[in-house]
Amino acid sequence: MTKDATEVLRLNRITKRFGKLTANDAVSFSLNQGEVVALLGENGAGKTTLMNILFGQYTADDGTVEVFGETLPAGNSRAALDAGVGMVHQHFTLADNMTVQENITLGVRSLFSASLDRGAARARIVELSETFQLAVSPEARVGNLTVGERQRVEILKALYRDVRILILDEPTAVLTPQEVDDLFVTLKQAVANGLSIIFISHKLHEVMAIADRVVVLRHGKLSGSARVQDTDTTSLAAMMMGTDAVPPVIATSAAGEALFELKEVSTPNIGTAPGLKSVSLALRANQIIGLAGVSGNGQAALADVVGGLRMPAQGHVLLGSEVLEKWTPRVAVQNGVARIPEDRHKTGTIADFDLTENAILEQYSTAPFSKKGWLNWRKARAFADGIIEKYDVRCPGAGTRIRLLSGGNMQKLILGRVLEAEPQIVLANQPVRGLDIGAVNYVHSQLLEARDRGASVLLISEDLDEIMTLSDVIYVIADGRLSPAFTRGEMTPAELGIWMAGQGDSPKEVSYAS
Amino acid sequence: MRLEAITQPSLLRKMVPPILALITTVIFASFLAMIAGANPLSVLGLILKGAFGSQFAILETLNRATPLIFTGLAAAVAFRAKFWNIGAEAQLYAGALITVVLGTGVLPWPSFTILPTLALVSILAGAVLLLAPALLKTRFGVDEVVTTLLFNFIFLLFISMLLEGPLKDPMGMGWPKSARLIAEARLPRLVDGLRLHWGFALAVLSAIGIWVIQTRSTLGYEMRAVGLNKEAAAFAGISVNTVLVKTALLSGGLAALAGFSEVAGLKGSLTLDLSPGFGYTGIIVAMLALLNPLGVIIAALFVAGIFVGADSMSRAADVPTYLADIMLATALLLMVLAIMLTRFRVVRD
Repeated sequence: MTKDATEVLRLNRITKRFGKLTANDAVSFSLNQGEVVALLGENGAGKTTLMNILFGQYTADDGTVEVFGETLPAGNSRAALDAGVGMVHQHFTLADNMTVQENITLGVRSLFSASLDRGAARARIVELSETFQLAVSPEARVGNLTVGERQRVEILKALYRDVRILILDEPTAVLTPQEVDDLFVTLKQAVANGLSIIFISHKLHEVMAIADRVVVLRHGKLSGSARVQDTDTTSLAAMMMGTDAVPPVIATSAAGEALFELKEVSTPNIGTAPGLKSVSLALRANQIIGLAGVSGNGQAALADVVGGLRMPAQGHVLLGSEVLEKWTPRVAVQNGVARIPEDRHKTGTIADFDLTENAILEQYSTAPFSKKGWLNWRKARAFADGIIEKYDVRCPGAGTRIRLLSGGNMQKLILGRVLEAEPQIVLANQPVRGLDIGAVNYVHSQLLEARDRGASVLLISEDLDEIMTLSDVIYVIADGRLSPAFTRGEMTPAELGIWMAGQGDSPKEVSYAS
Repeated sequence: MRLEAITQPSLLRKMVPPILALITTVIFASFLAMIAGANPLSVLGLILKGAFGSQFAILETLNRATPLIFTGLAAAVAFRAKFWNIGAEAQLYAGALITVVLGTGVLPWPSFTILPTLALVSILAGAVLLLAPALLKTRFGVDEVVTTLLFNFIFLLFISMLLEGPLKDPMGMGWPKSARLIAEARLPRLVDGLRLHWGFALAVLSAIGIWVIQTRSTLGYEMRAVGLNKEAAAFAGISVNTVLVKTALLSGGLAALAGFSEVAGLKGSLTLDLSPGFGYTGIIVAMLALLNPLGVIIAALFVAGIFVGADSMSRAADVPTYLADIMLATALLLMVLAIMLTRFRVVRD
């Protein structure tokens, strides 16, 4: 890689305020040609705001954006794109029922142009995918692709538009370890071809592996920057956190009796995601059970069954030794199941409800929050205030609409809501997705605390590090089938990755032929 | 040009656009009055005078507001849970129908029980009418906008058939009109000598009742939760379908009370022109009130005032009463725009 010091992007003292909150406080940094700069920071540190300003979604209160030496007009959403800046979002923006080629060329040609010139477009896509080692067929239908392949399509889409600067927002969140390696190969290839990359992440070791330089944001301010060879994960974490981050110390605990069991449970498919295929799983007391897997392999179905949203089509669910006939969210909550949902914005909270209303969402219909159909707002408010205090939810007060809170604070309120009653079973579905390191450690310590007082914690996560650090027992789910149980330290990430790709030894119970 | 969200709008930001909307409505109406060849100032003055200028005018406005409060509440309650009941017109006639069927002397009970019975049965009739669209929606996913809207026409033709047939008043000189209610089935006047009946009081009490339900009861909490985020409500254990059906029953019952109150309080019998579209105007009332039950009272007074005032103005100034419809439509459209402007600012690229 040659690194001449041509500056391709410069942010000059960008400042953005939302009311009293300063989301970006005089943030400056630059990106050189052929360089990978990692933008590191907690959730709420201002990374997203900064990118939204770069792409003209927000207008900065102060400061300028320069691309190739030219200052971009403020608040113009086309300016950055026209100047050759492309972004691959965490959530893909692809049309499932169109082919790869159609997705890539969509919107490039004028609506009124007579010919589509598919041949030339195809040749160009093939050439790009060879140059950048992005193996994907132009004719494949996007709906049939894996998540990793879809990400490649997104990157190709940007490259097809001749971007010179590529911004990747948390690109590894949805990938298997092998796919992450492939992505890094592609990124290195792109840099060698003269592209410049901003890599947004909060995974320290990935940043160390791919970036040339690291820029760290903290509370909206630039808290540090360093060349990768001059730094290490500990000091980066310190820059993100302000203090040295202390990960929880974890010892494996002895498992108790089974509190909740699935016996050969099968469920129908959910859209394109597979349902469960004869899954048997025991959640034992005093244990964290980690469920690893690539997104969309049956995790949602399993979470639905445990959380009371779905009864098995075949097989049984047992609470203790009792076979469950009626298993609804309300019954689950009443029987001591704490449910931390995958999507805290869509299913965990109601954005326009305030903190009090959100705090009682699962228990509003029972004492002390209501009596004979009438709510007791005083009790509800006291409950919410208690959670805010105990779980350190940062907010202006219990009357604040929850949409104004950061993801971490939202998650703390959900933790308080479900953990206050000291539940015996904790279902934590992607509990730290999108959270900063501080909030991640907090959530993890709460899960460990629940385990240590005897609860059974089912941890579903796409983050293998998280699974391997926390779990006493690890299962891998692929295409709705469960792997055998692995104990802590029994498997390497690479070995688990093979199971995640659905290529472990034949799973132990494959009685369901689809 | 594009919109930028405002995280915490200031008081000024909340107040100015709605006020501007009303002022613009008035200016636009003046412009139309000028086209009609009248002096805009005197037209506006006549509308104001016709609506609130005398005791008679005020009472007329209150009477006109009464059914609008009921239908406005029906829409406000349903829309809060995102159940789009466009069928308040049919539910209103259902209430009116059951009132004339049972209020013409067939109930053998003591006279003081007649009115409460009629009110309750009307509520039931409206609720039952909305039950079918609600179940079609929750069971089969049939769009309630389509079913409730189209059912209005079916039900009005059904009423027309009844008025030409079995319900036709033998003493009615051949007009399609039902028999008159007996005296015990008539809502008395609020104050002797003043032309305002108890229906108005019932409407105001209903609005307060609905407000209490929405803010204090578990049902109101459920309805708001379902309206704001169905998925989160279901995840938390709220039965979304049950809540939607309950909402529909409540909404249909409220709309039916409008029919009961018009027949028992004002008209005394059922004709096909009982409602000049109160059911549809209720939607405007609810939107202007931002779905707030107490706001519905004010919005209904505003809408009724424009209608009554325009009637009176039209007699004096020879400007068509359609001006009232235009003013309402303008006010609604501008109010929707104004509400958006309280939450977003327009930014020039």
